[in-house]
Amino acid sequence: MTRVLGRAGLLLGLPVVLLVTWWFASAGSKSFYQPPLETIVKVFPDTWTGARFKSDVFPSLIRLFIGYGLAVALGIALGVLIGANRRLRALVEPLLEFLRAIPPPVLVPILILIAGIGNPTKVLVIVIGGIWPVLLNTVEGVRGVDEVLADTCRSYRIGGWLRLRTFILRAASPQIVVGARQALSISIIMMVIGELLGATNGLGYTVVEFQRGFQIPEMWSGVFVLGLLGVLLSLAFTLVERRVLSWYHGARAAERSGH
Amino acid sequence: MLEINALRKVYGGHGRQVEALGDITLTVEDGQFVCVVGPSGCGKTTLLRCLGGLLAPTSGEVKVAGQTVTGPPDGLAIVFQEYGRSLFPWLRVAENIELPLKSKGVGRAERRKLVSESLSAVGLGDAGKAYPWQLSGGMQQRVAIARAIAFQPKVMLMDEPFAAVDAQTRADLEDLVRTVWQRFGMTMLFVTHDIDEAVYLGERVVMLSSSPTHVLESLDIDLSAERDQLKTRSEARFVELRSHVYARIQEAKGAAAR
Amino acid sequence: MTTSPNTLRRAGDNPALLGLAGILAFGALLEVLPRVGVLPSEYFPPTSKIIAALIDEFGRGDFWQAVVGTVSTWLIGLAIAVLAGIVLGILIGSVPVLRLATASTIEFLRPIPSVALLPLAVVLFSAPIRSILLLVVYASFWQVLIQVLHGVTDVDPVARETAASYRLNRWRQARYLVWPTTLPYAMTGIRLAASVALVLTITGELLIGGTKGIGEQIAVAQSSIAVPSMYALIVVSGLIGLVANLATRRAERMVLAWHPSVRRELPL
Repeated sequence: MTRVLGRAGLLLGLPVVLLVTWWFASAGSKSFYQPPLETIVKVFPDTWTGARFKSDVFPSLIRLFIGYGLAVALGIALGVLIGANRRLRALVEPLLEFLRAIPPPVLVPILILIAGIGNPTKVLVIVIGGIWPVLLNTVEGVRGVDEVLADTCRSYRIGGWLRLRTFILRAASPQIVVGARQALSISIIMMVIGELLGATNGLGYTVVEFQRGFQIPEMWSGVFVLGLLGVLLSLAFTLVERRVLSWYHGARAAERSGH
Repeated sequence: MLEINALRKVYGGHGRQVEALGDITLTVEDGQFVCVVGPSGCGKTTLLRCLGGLLAPTSGEVKVAGQTVTGPPDGLAIVFQEYGRSLFPWLRVAENIELPLKSKGVGRAERRKLVSESLSAVGLGDAGKAYPWQLSGGMQQRVAIARAIAFQPKVMLMDEPFAAVDAQTRADLEDLVRTVWQRFGMTMLFVTHDIDEAVYLGERVVMLSSSPTHVLESLDIDLSAERDQLKTRSEARFVELRSHVYARIQEAKGAAAR
Repeated sequence: MTTSPNTLRRAGDNPALLGLAGILAFGALLEVLPRVGVLPSEYFPPTSKIIAALIDEFGRGDFWQAVVGTVSTWLIGLAIAVLAGIVLGILIGSVPVLRLATASTIEFLRPIPSVALLPLAVVLFSAPIRSILLLVVYASFWQVLIQVLHGVTDVDPVARETAASYRLNRWRQARYLVWPTTLPYAMTGIRLAASVALVLTITGELLIGGTKGIGEQIAVAQSSIAVPSMYALIVVSGLIGLVANLATRRAERMVLAWHPSVRRELPL
């Protein structure tokens, strides 16, 4: 019992200490740019619930989910195509190597120039950022499928959609998940950048508006919202990953224990 | 059931050519249990992959039930040596057995029946819900055999299936394969490097030479149909047959070394 | 008769030739499509125009200043992140109590998107370079830290017991046991950090401005709607990224030449 408590104390101790320290250290702060934590917490509910949730948070989230979903779907589809075809892989590999080396944010200005600042652009911005890790990891995953399993599929004449669904995608899934996780954090970043560079609503836009309007506690609260979003989505991802890859972690554990 | 005519396989690439199979001609009757034995590296696996339609021969042909093999043929199942890698780790045992049946278009009720029958045939009646990696090596190979049984093949190919399990498990699995063969009556081609195993299991033992591989001799095993690990292996006839096969394989190795 | 399909097949089997063909085909496609009017040429200048703009950039002094600026910001940020990541990673990783106490905090801070800190960085620091460095270091530090933490905990228990039975002292254990195990992980972390750091450097230049850098040059080209130069600068940012990737991979191979295993990225 005391050990469980001790563990919980260790896990929660540092965050609590940090927050309490911040709270009291900033309590009497007269600095314009570093308001007391108390003030930030106070403005938080008024700033982010109600109208602004509907006008800014919600559109951002929708764009994020669509963009991320498209990035993952396209990345997997293209990755399977390229990974399963040796010639095609040799043909596009150096090109992909170059394209993925381009920092995705530099493409945002040109996209805005071409397609304006509407919702399609903002979704596209997320897709061009998020697609690379998924694509490249899927290629690696598909390329690395086990030969004996591939032979098993062939000899039992498991082909087409069944083969893709029960063999290729599942065998590549540990790699695909690695890519999808990287893509998630990149997607959030791209969402914010898209909104910083050209938008009339959204989370990133609002936070920068606060900064430009010198509404500093509101700006801090916006940074909190973005941070919270990142943390919550990463948590959700971990839950999904545990489900999708439970077989993988089980098999790895069995392997390590020398089965 | 199985006809192999002047089969030859040459691996090419980067200017170097390796002749894995020299000239193999062999016929296996319907329902016969044939063991193929040869020194290590003699192209046994190549032969089996050609039979299974996983590898195109350089020349010659393979026929299964009168049909020339161009790809994996109908009614043929392979049990691979690497049991840990031939079962899908993300599928439960029952789903592993069910998958080939799904692609064959077998109905759901029939699939259920075949899965439970084949699992009990290999003595794993209650393991259907486990994942393969939760089982021991021997049990995993039993699952692979159950999957082959459920597929209801006319021909079953086994590629050194017991090379990676311990001796006790191996004896159990050998008896299991005999029982399965007697019960389901499929044509069985069993590739091994273990001479004892070949003589113990087969009705006929085909000896291969070192590469370029050809058939050294085809020997009928005139032991009784009921085999027993202790009794059969201590019979004088068993020892005699075993010594004969051993001598021929040694001869082949010697010829290759020279 | 027989030679031509043979040579064709040989060309088709040569990955380097195929790769070159892929790049050339891509360039040719982007040359032809705007010219025949499939893509609007004011937004998609043909490849030849982009190359011309690129050559034009090469002749300008402020372009090279921008390249130097970007690369130096990137290297400074990366160096800080790597140093902090390795030192803290080894410290936290080798003290179980510290590891337990910091786990939740790390799990919470790591997924915070670095650009979320951008408005903060802008109001907290008056010098743009410091704002950019904050973003760069924040984003790349976690990559190194997480990998090093995994590395330190991956020390073979048998090797640890062997070391203990030979009574190696703490320093020796760190030197001969912990460090060699951690190094491959640290190199993976550095490789990942390097590309993240470059992305954030150029992003910071693009969004904050005020420093000489490729990102700022792109912002300038955008405001004057110099489309070919925008593309040329994007190509340059890609080339810098490519060189960075190749360099870190090479460094990884050199440092780990002695190491028996080539490590894969961990599914974290």
